[in-house]
Amino acid sequence: MDEILSIKNLTKTFDDFVVLDHINMDVKKGEVVVIVGPSGCGKSTFLRCINAFEKIDDGSVLLSGESINPSKGKQNKTREKVGMVFQSYELFPHKTVLQNMILAPMKVKKVKKKDAEKEALVLLERVGLLSKKDSYPHQLSGGQKQRVAIVRALMMNPEVLLLDEITAALDPEMVREVLDVVINLAKEGRTMVIVTHEMLFAKAVADRMIFIDGGRIVEEGDPVSFFENPQTERLKKFLNSFTY
Amino acid sequence: MDLDVLISYFPKYVEAFFLTVRVGVIGIGIAFLMGIISAFIVYFKVPILSFIFSAYIELFRNTPLLVQLFFIYFGLPKLGISISAEVCGVVGIGLLGGSYMAEGFRSGLSAVPGSQNEGALALGMTKSQMFFNVIFPEAFSLSVPAIVANVIFLLKETSVFSAISLMDLMFTAKDLIGLYYNTTEALFLLVVFYVVMILPVSIVGNMVEKRVHYKMFGV
Repeated sequence: MDEILSIKNLTKTFDDFVVLDHINMDVKKGEVVVIVGPSGCGKSTFLRCINAFEKIDDGSVLLSGESINPSKGKQNKTREKVGMVFQSYELFPHKTVLQNMILAPMKVKKVKKKDAEKEALVLLERVGLLSKKDSYPHQLSGGQKQRVAIVRALMMNPEVLLLDEITAALDPEMVREVLDVVINLAKEGRTMVIVTHEMLFAKAVADRMIFIDGGRIVEEGDPVSFFENPQTERLKKFLNSFTY
Repeated sequence: MDLDVLISYFPKYVEAFFLTVRVGVIGIGIAFLMGIISAFIVYFKVPILSFIFSAYIELFRNTPLLVQLFFIYFGLPKLGISISAEVCGVVGIGLLGGSYMAEGFRSGLSAVPGSQNEGALALGMTKSQMFFNVIFPEAFSLSVPAIVANVIFLLKETSVFSAISLMDLMFTAKDLIGLYYNTTEALFLLVVFYVVMILPVSIVGNMVEKRVHYKMFGV
């Protein structure tokens, strides 16, 4: 399998505070990498570096061999290839579900409206929201909004999909419907980098687990050994905080 | 009140009404454009231009329309540019209104959460695609109440035109009072014509407000 994302010595500081400290990570095509770690450890910043929302201070991020911290004004080209879904959905409130989905393909990729709509309807059908195509975001539940946000990102057919704590704002019974969508995407071979606090979900979806603490990768491995047999004290302590 | 006087004054008021509406509508149209351009430039902090437009907004927002009209009407001829009272009125309303509209749009823009920018950018949009397709439409719906209030305010401000001898409603009323001393009839018609001009704007404005509000928030 080819490496789709290659991160070398990624370093990011805010003033004097080192958020990410020489992070190295490769993601292969079709691989699902799940990142966990305590609050403020730099997980979200890490994702934001991958789609050029944060300027990196040192190191490099390569997407299919191309550097993605390019000169100013070119970030939009990167972001066409890197999809991102946020905790707070960020649907456009003045547009219907369908309009939300077709906006970027039409404006950015110049896809014809008819074709974009056709694709959107197929995706909506797959996540069980076809009947909501003409609803406005405020008419949807949190779980429905997040499913729309995921398929909206898929409309751009990204090479990598970044999911930033997509269930953190949801009621427990809605978490499932969103995570089922993600698990299906994993089965289809989507390349994803996921930040989450849902450990059972992480276990189910991950090809590889990464534990970040204090801006460094403390431990990584396949999900079985990661959860059953953690090697470092810090990861043991972190995983223990999820059991009662 | 004398009905015959009302009837004989009526045509003069109709004429003044259309002049007031014409100057008001063109002026407000210019104000709207100025507002959008200013809001865009200030939002993106375009170098130099954003300074110029900020200065423009503050200058016109913080001086009375009457003073601005005097400057344009009596000041420009001294520089060799002479314009008619009507053009002067349009320019005055346009510039004053532009500064108010800019503030209206600015308040809407600042009410759109910054995370919406990232929502749009993450889909690969450029900054101007983001602004015109996502941020501005959202800000616009949030600005509608302020915009409607501005339109009503500007239509009423046209009454200042009488000071530069533009034959608007106010001028006509004052003129007739001065000529014939039928104060009651002249003022009564003045009130009626202003209400006829502005009430529809209020009603339509309310409908538009409700409609865009529903789209945004559903209540």
